[in-house]
Amino acid sequence: MASTLGFHIILACYGIAFPTIVLVAEYIGLKRSDEVAMTLARRWSQALGVLVAVGAVTGTVLSFEMGLLWPGLMRRYGPVIGLPFSVEGIFFFLEAIFTGIYLYGWRRLRGWAHFWSGIPVAVSGIFGAISVMAANSWMNQPGGFTLRAGRVVAVEPWAVFFNRAAIYEMPHMLLAAYMVAGFGVAAVYAVGFLRGRRDRYHRLGFAIPFVIAAALTPFQIFVGDTAARAIAADQPIKFAAMEYVTHTARGVPEYLGGVYSGGHVYVGVALPDLDSLLVGFSPHTKVIGLDSVAPVDRPPAPTLIHLSFNVMVGLAFLLLLAGLWALLVWRRHRALPAHRWFWWLAAACGPAALVAMECGWIVTEVGRQPWVVYKLLTTAQAATTNRGVIDSLSAVIVLYAVLGIATIAILRLLARHWRAGDEGESAVPYGPPSEHHSPLAGEGA
Amino acid sequence: MTAEVVGAILIAVLTLYAILAGADFGGGLWDLLAGGDRRGRAPRTLIDETITPVWEANHVWLIFALVVFWSAFPTAFAAVMTAAALPLWLAILGIVLRGAGFAFRKEVEGLHWERLLGAVFALSSLLTPFFMGTVVGAVAAGKVALDAQRTTLATWTSPTSLLIGGLFVAVCGYLAAVFLVGEAIRRDDDRHERYFRRRAALASAAAGALSLAALAELHHSNHQLYHGLTGRALALVLLAGACGLAVLALLALGRSRGLRPLSALGVAAVVWGWGVAQYPTLLPGTGLTLANGSAPHATLIALIVVFAAAVLLVGPSFLLLFWLHGRRLLESEHSSHDPERVGWR
Ligand code: HDD
Ligand code: HEM
Ligand code: HEM
Repeated sequence: MASTLGFHIILACYGIAFPTIVLVAEYIGLKRSDEVAMTLARRWSQALGVLVAVGAVTGTVLSFEMGLLWPGLMRRYGPVIGLPFSVEGIFFFLEAIFTGIYLYGWRRLRGWAHFWSGIPVAVSGIFGAISVMAANSWMNQPGGFTLRAGRVVAVEPWAVFFNRAAIYEMPHMLLAAYMVAGFGVAAVYAVGFLRGRRDRYHRLGFAIPFVIAAALTPFQIFVGDTAARAIAADQPIKFAAMEYVTHTARGVPEYLGGVYSGGHVYVGVALPDLDSLLVGFSPHTKVIGLDSVAPVDRPPAPTLIHLSFNVMVGLAFLLLLAGLWALLVWRRHRALPAHRWFWWLAAACGPAALVAMECGWIVTEVGRQPWVVYKLLTTAQAATTNRGVIDSLSAVIVLYAVLGIATIAILRLLARHWRAGDEGESAVPYGPPSEHHSPLAGEGA
Repeated sequence: MTAEVVGAILIAVLTLYAILAGADFGGGLWDLLAGGDRRGRAPRTLIDETITPVWEANHVWLIFALVVFWSAFPTAFAAVMTAAALPLWLAILGIVLRGAGFAFRKEVEGLHWERLLGAVFALSSLLTPFFMGTVVGAVAAGKVALDAQRTTLATWTSPTSLLIGGLFVAVCGYLAAVFLVGEAIRRDDDRHERYFRRRAALASAAAGALSLAALAELHHSNHQLYHGLTGRALALVLLAGACGLAVLALLALGRSRGLRPLSALGVAAVVWGWGVAQYPTLLPGTGLTLANGSAPHATLIALIVVFAAAVLLVGPSFLLLFWLHGRRLLESEHSSHDPERVGWR
């Protein structure tokens, strides 16, 4: 399931944010009669078509897996966690329907009519993500139901949906989706730039997604910081694993890197008092440590959690740096940076945002262990009793590897088509000469 | 009463899935049987153009059904997911391969790849409904135990399961062929109209025979359900039979009016007949009923509200999609037929 989700979430990011990026390009194209922007929008939406189809398939698989892998979770909490997922269903419907209209309407629906058919796609992607995140944050901060003799006997839908963790998880994931998709698409054109493709098509193809993603980065850091502080209060053991707080104490140091083993931290750099300072704005703040609960109630791999957290935060600042660089150059020269290093950095931002997002999920999910529903249901209780699970999982992993490779291969093929200029359609005359067309490849990976 | 309403919602969603996705799967089936590259090219193109813009939206019905099932009837859901895990995994495999084959085959170059992905798409269109049918059969035959710990072969390979699996495949082919007859008429394509008429008749005969066989088999495997089908739900069963015969007659006479609604009504009557016959049992053979197997009241109410909202929001959107699709304003960028034939009106 973790691997399925880890794969699905990449496509979900594109499903959430890519429509907005495409629509921005189409808006510019329509508003300024800009053929280059129109070409970008058309081509991007072709790539979006592939990504959405794979996203839909993996999502369907997930819906099955909820029951196939965790019948225990469903038996007990299905009536609770099902609510946000049912709301999600509405938005997936809308997204799927309007994606069909938008993708297949390029030829016959003209101008603004076509543009408006894409708006519901973008909006429902956002609300769909909010609904799923309601489910996920509910597992971290379960509430809104009454339990009697191990059975859920009453449910308050609003309290389920807007639980204590939802306030930060929803915006954090939404922003992450825009960053992953934005930096991801921009990176493709950054690579093109490094290879000498620097015409307006490539500059615009880079600028639209990059500006969107970079502008959101500071907000993401703010939300992440808020999340960390909320976790220190509400899920102290997860926080202790994230920050290597071995013993409950005041004046706790902040570790960078390091390996945790048997209650000790090796190799890492310790910055004295900083952790306490970050949690409570004072070095005397008491922070709860791993020693406050029995070993069985601690997450299994503090090192993984801590390093993932470090990587997410570190990459956030790398992404911030790229945005600031572009901003400074723009203010001075009204142009994109010319320095090669910037383009290397921009190319790295695509994978960086993706890795940051996956690391964040490791922090959230592994950090919650051994619980599936925090303090209420353990993973072991939720899991299926079927022996074949391991086999089915490995089969699914292999299948996904094939699917992932195929997705990339298809996107590359699309790109080659575009470069060769044989899109097989003639409705819109293209601006740039065909040999300059870009490879829009690899953002699925 | 709320549990009954949610149960009806579940049946309604399943009906829509059966009809819409059934036609979709069936398209893959006819693709599979269309013959060699040369001979199969024309029917494949027709199939492809009629299902492309809508397949993804059709899919969501299944997701919705799953979510309603687990939220409203969690115990039954967990039991089915444990006892029938094997065919469900196989159905998933089919869904993944089908989606991938379908999404990718448009984009690949070269006949080899197109052929391979086309075959993957078509074959999985056959397997997915079959395995889903066996799961339904397992439930209907009372093979799903409440405390099942393992998935076993015996759960889903009883004659009832296999017959219903086959029935699902036949119904998919039937729905698709009927749909494609209409599509061919709309394009003034006599050859394919006849082509799919023949196939629709064949599939409907197969579906009819398999339903009768399954009914007879239920006489042994789940007497209660059999009684329900021949008692309380008899009207629906007869309606389904009448629809099937009427479609056959229309096909033989070369008529086309009413073909699609009648075939859809027939399938709907079967799904509802099953629901009515089984009421109020959730899982035959387990004592689990709507009364003792439902989620808390607030969840059921919330599901009803969500469903109402879905109908209000999604209904008009679907109508828009089908309307645009019907006027052929939606088509793939590589579409083969003449773009000038239908314009904005
Ligand atoms: C582009 C991706 C990205 C970036 C740059 C960041 N994050 Fe993040 N983070 C995620 C993407 C992400 C995520 C989408 O993967 C998670 C997983 C679950 C969630 O809600 O968001 C996440 C989870 C997550 C959690 C755990 C939430 C929980 O367990 O409920 C914390 C504490 C942070 N983040 C903190 C930060 C901080 C302090 C950051 C920067 C300084 C930061 N994140 C940047
Ligand atoms: C709504 C969304 C999600 C739900 C409902 C959910 C649910 C769960 C549950 C029930 C478990 C415990 C069972 C197990 O270990 O397999 C789990 C673990 C895990 N999840 Fe998620 N998850 C969600 C999103 C994600 C995403 C997007 C990722 C990855 C990118 C992810 C990664 C993981 C990992 C790595 C574990 C394993 C933890 C461990 O066993 O140590 N999850 N999740
Ligand atoms: C257990 C966890 C999850 C389940 C069961 C699930 C389920 C699904 C399903 C069924 C679909 C297909 C809908 C369609 O046909 O259009 C889908 C797609 C999608 N999912 Fe998930 N999902 C899960 C996790 C997530 C997470 C964590 C997010 C993001 C926050 C997410 C966001 C999306 C989005 C945006 C799409 C549309 C995909 C696209 O258009 O490419 N999902 N998901």
